[in-house]
Amino acid sequence: MKFTFSWLKEHLETSATLEQILDGLVGVGLEVEEVADRTQELAAFKVAYVQSAEKHPNADKLRLCKVETDQGIKQVVCGAPNARAGMKAIIALPGAVIPATKDVLQLGSIRGEESQAMMCSERELLLSEEHDGIIEVQGDWPVGTSAVVALGLDDPMIYIKVTANRPDALGIHGLARDLAAKGLGTLKPVNAAPVKGTFKSPISVSLQTENCPLFVGRYFKGVKNGPSPAWLQRQLKAIGLRPISTLVDITNYITFTYARPLHVFDADKTHGNISARAAKDGESILALDGKTYALSAGMTVIADEQGPEGIAGIMGGEASGCSETTTNVFLESAWFNPQSTAASGRKLSINSDARYRFERGVDPAFTQTGAEIATRMILELCGGEASELVIGGSVPDTTRSYTLRKDRVQLLGGVIIPWTEQLRILCDLGFTVTDDGVCNPPSWRPDVKGEADLVEEICRIYGLDKIASAPMDRPNAIARPVLNPLQKRMLTSRRTLATRGFNEAVTWAFIPEAHAKLFGGGQNELKLSNAISSELTDMRPSLLPNLIAAAGRNVARGVADLMLAEVGHAYAGDRPENETLRAAGIRRGAVTPRNVHGGTRAVDTFDVKADVLAVLEACGVAAPQIVSGAPAWFHPGRSGTVQMGPKNQLAYFGEIHPRVLNAMDVKGPLVAFEIILNALPSSKSKNLTRSALTSFDLLPVSRDFAFVVDDKVQAAELIKAVKVVNKVLISDATVFDLYKLEGGKTSLAVEVTLQPRDKTLTDVEIEALSAKIVGTAEKAVGATLRS
Amino acid sequence: MSLEQEILSQISAAADEAGVEAIRVSALGKKGSISEQMSGLGKMAPDERKAAGAALNVLKDKVSEALASRKAVLGEAALEARLLTEKIDVTLPIRPQNSGTIHPVSQVWEEVVQIFGDLGFSVAEGPHIEDDFHNFDALNMPPDHPARQEHDTFYFNEKPDGSRMVLRTHTSPVQIRTMLSSKPPIRIIAPGRTFRSDSDMTHTPMFNQVEALVIDEKTHLGNLKWILEEFCKAFFEIDNVNMRFRASHFPFTEPSMEVDIQYSREGGVLKLGTGDKWMEILGSGMVHPNVIKAGGLDPDKYQGFAFGMGIDRIAMLKYGIPDLRAFFESDLRWLKHYGFRSLQVPTLAGGLS
Repeated sequence: MKFTFSWLKEHLETSATLEQILDGLVGVGLEVEEVADRTQELAAFKVAYVQSAEKHPNADKLRLCKVETDQGIKQVVCGAPNARAGMKAIIALPGAVIPATKDVLQLGSIRGEESQAMMCSERELLLSEEHDGIIEVQGDWPVGTSAVVALGLDDPMIYIKVTANRPDALGIHGLARDLAAKGLGTLKPVNAAPVKGTFKSPISVSLQTENCPLFVGRYFKGVKNGPSPAWLQRQLKAIGLRPISTLVDITNYITFTYARPLHVFDADKTHGNISARAAKDGESILALDGKTYALSAGMTVIADEQGPEGIAGIMGGEASGCSETTTNVFLESAWFNPQSTAASGRKLSINSDARYRFERGVDPAFTQTGAEIATRMILELCGGEASELVIGGSVPDTTRSYTLRKDRVQLLGGVIIPWTEQLRILCDLGFTVTDDGVCNPPSWRPDVKGEADLVEEICRIYGLDKIASAPMDRPNAIARPVLNPLQKRMLTSRRTLATRGFNEAVTWAFIPEAHAKLFGGGQNELKLSNAISSELTDMRPSLLPNLIAAAGRNVARGVADLMLAEVGHAYAGDRPENETLRAAGIRRGAVTPRNVHGGTRAVDTFDVKADVLAVLEACGVAAPQIVSGAPAWFHPGRSGTVQMGPKNQLAYFGEIHPRVLNAMDVKGPLVAFEIILNALPSSKSKNLTRSALTSFDLLPVSRDFAFVVDDKVQAAELIKAVKVVNKVLISDATVFDLYKLEGGKTSLAVEVTLQPRDKTLTDVEIEALSAKIVGTAEKAVGATLRS
Repeated sequence: MSLEQEILSQISAAADEAGVEAIRVSALGKKGSISEQMSGLGKMAPDERKAAGAALNVLKDKVSEALASRKAVLGEAALEARLLTEKIDVTLPIRPQNSGTIHPVSQVWEEVVQIFGDLGFSVAEGPHIEDDFHNFDALNMPPDHPARQEHDTFYFNEKPDGSRMVLRTHTSPVQIRTMLSSKPPIRIIAPGRTFRSDSDMTHTPMFNQVEALVIDEKTHLGNLKWILEEFCKAFFEIDNVNMRFRASHFPFTEPSMEVDIQYSREGGVLKLGTGDKWMEILGSGMVHPNVIKAGGLDPDKYQGFAFGMGIDRIAMLKYGIPDLRAFFESDLRWLKHYGFRSLQVPTLAGGLS
């Protein structure tokens, strides 16, 4: 919403400065977006009188002028074709900053003649693109008058953001009302006096839709339409509207002054009587913006006997629009249902000043007043004669009342405002109130729907800045923990991964459909129906596709070795329980760059297995089970699953399937893991004390075994068999060497650690235990000792 | 030259530890010169043997001592010589380590939780894929509400029953879920991802918000102003912060206010707490009675405030990060530059940054 300071002052009797008005607007909730005030920037530019303009002795196209300024007579060299004796121009003296170039004007000499000042074009002052000549000041301004005054630029334009609940603030009169309530002046009354018609309108109105409960019309004959007066054009131009003709400019003026959109039909171009009715499927209209719109049932049109002449509350039709030759006019001041206006406007994609107001709610009680104000302006500016009013329907009833309890403002606002002041504020805003707080909102405030709204009105006018801050109490003297186990796991996994060298990323929750499908997603219920781009169509089933794609982008930037991680949500369905928090990471390229201390190697599955185990350990998950295989996007032979039993899978890790990498156009090797943090068991014990430390004084003994097993035997099976041989004495068993033998066999070297408890083990005891280990390994997995 | 002199001169002439060992064997070994004389003692008369024995023992001790000290000297010299050959160039690089980083959004998440946790706000969460009830209806935005159109909502495909899920446009649905699942007094913050169909220089289709909700029987606007002031001071780590509280409108709060923070830009650097410019940082207000009702509570008994602000935005402000879009691009150069060290954990005791 834009307006000028002078326009506001037509409705607000005030001595407040611009600054005070701006503060007031912001204070009452009308955020000031922009103030265009050229007074400062143009302070150095003044009116000057050109006494003479002779040809420059050394240049055909230049003139040598004697110019009277408030600093005396100056010689000016000027190239403008319109520079001539007797004109008034805008002059800049040395030192002035030219707005267009930001250059400081210097004394100069042009073709051997001194130029002591400069006469400015509109472009130089950023008034327009005009640069063919210098500005010719119109009017009787004495030399030395400030340019902003002489050019009518001394009226600041103010642009405010109006929240969706304030249709009344889309008119300058409504803004003045708020400012008056705020104490910044007195609201000037509206002249709502009816204008008496001299004849009966030849056009009648019928209402055939509930979306138009009220239509006030009036016929004018013998008007003269043409350019509107300068003052009206100036105001409209100042807020960015293009003056069209007096009749149209009057409707725009009233739209912005009173938030009351109007329409004028050329009555000689309409056919018969006017009705407000539902549009019919198949109807169309050429609107005033020059475009043809297909109308459909559910929209409301203003129609004559031939068809639609306007889209109700949105835009008039071109066919019956007013032009310079219009002599007979039919004025429309109607009230349209906000919801249906909004729906039609959206469907047609028309944004207009009328729609903007009707869909937020125009004051229904002002419908006739708007028509009377327009009548007076038309008669005054266009002449002619006005008919009696034609009124269809009646003013929709907006009467309602809410009771403001006397303690409510203090209870909710935390501020003591005297009761009389509370009532005064509501009265100034147009509410009718009783001493005990029964309030009727004015017809222009459809947003007020209850007591809380009354509190809001009082607080915003009183000033939120004046409400004192009040400390909140502490629920506990010393703060208690606030995070739940899953939130703690989120933090732990994130920092564990960063400690291991991962760079944490935050990536989109939606991904391309093709990527979703590669990772088990792509279900219909997880597809956006209005995706912003084809790259962001499906909710991600896993964090990995984004990380892999990010790896690809970084590789393209020349980073071959990288570690990327993300802790975030993945989506298996559209129910809340289908969202799981995950920690995922990828490693690509070499483990480390080459270095003087020895070679490096490519990342492999055991790097990401270590990442998974580190996170799980940090989250307090001990000794999970690890089995071969992972979901289809992993390499079938080089991947694993971490689980607590087959139904509770905690994590997957391994190489990403070459086919998936190929489809995503990312070069490997690339290993990855994904941990489902929701699946991790929460720590069961709430007991803070630890069990007593068990330790033994005797030194542990270790023995190595070189087993040969079939290739299909997994190391974990062998180790499990060895460990159960003697759960007391065997404290650890681990594979420390592996190599493939001929004939489908593998050699696995196992170190078994024995922890003697109360006495040293004898050679005989150790031998006996070793024999038992060998025997058990053979029985369990067919292992033999290598000969 | 006596035997003693001969042996001692041999010892001092020994060039290395092996030479010293050879002398020890030749003097004190089984067939050594001193040992041989010792074995000759048995043939002597008792008196003679006593005197000669004593002299031999003195000689033996002297030789042993000389051998030990010569050995120590030579050992030291050998060590010195070896150390001279063992020099390395410590300016060579270490074995490469990957140093990880924490994303600014995660870091600021923890900072915000530290601050509000101290005042007893727990962290509540809700699903990103929401229904109309939680995202709109319960927040006082019925289907024809103009604000609902302005939310640039992402929708999912319509279900057979005509309903369709949305990507939450704000974290406010968590207010409703919290009220429906817990009893006042309620103090929560709800940080998380939010989504709007909007993409330009300063908007991304996904962004991070943090919501706060207090519901009890007495919390008022003055408390809201206080906590916002205290939060800004704590979060931005400045002693004074000038804030402007402007009346505004949100469907889910009443009265509503937007909050601006004063700043200046000096030499391209943004400075909070001083200056003459205002920047909007959050929206807030007293929870609308209709919202309290939708949360299953009695608005005549319970009241409180709510506010929401952008986590990305306050991260940009605090740490001078220029471009929102880069937050989600996973460019390693950006992650390493704007990320935080893995053990740089924000705490109230140790400081947030």
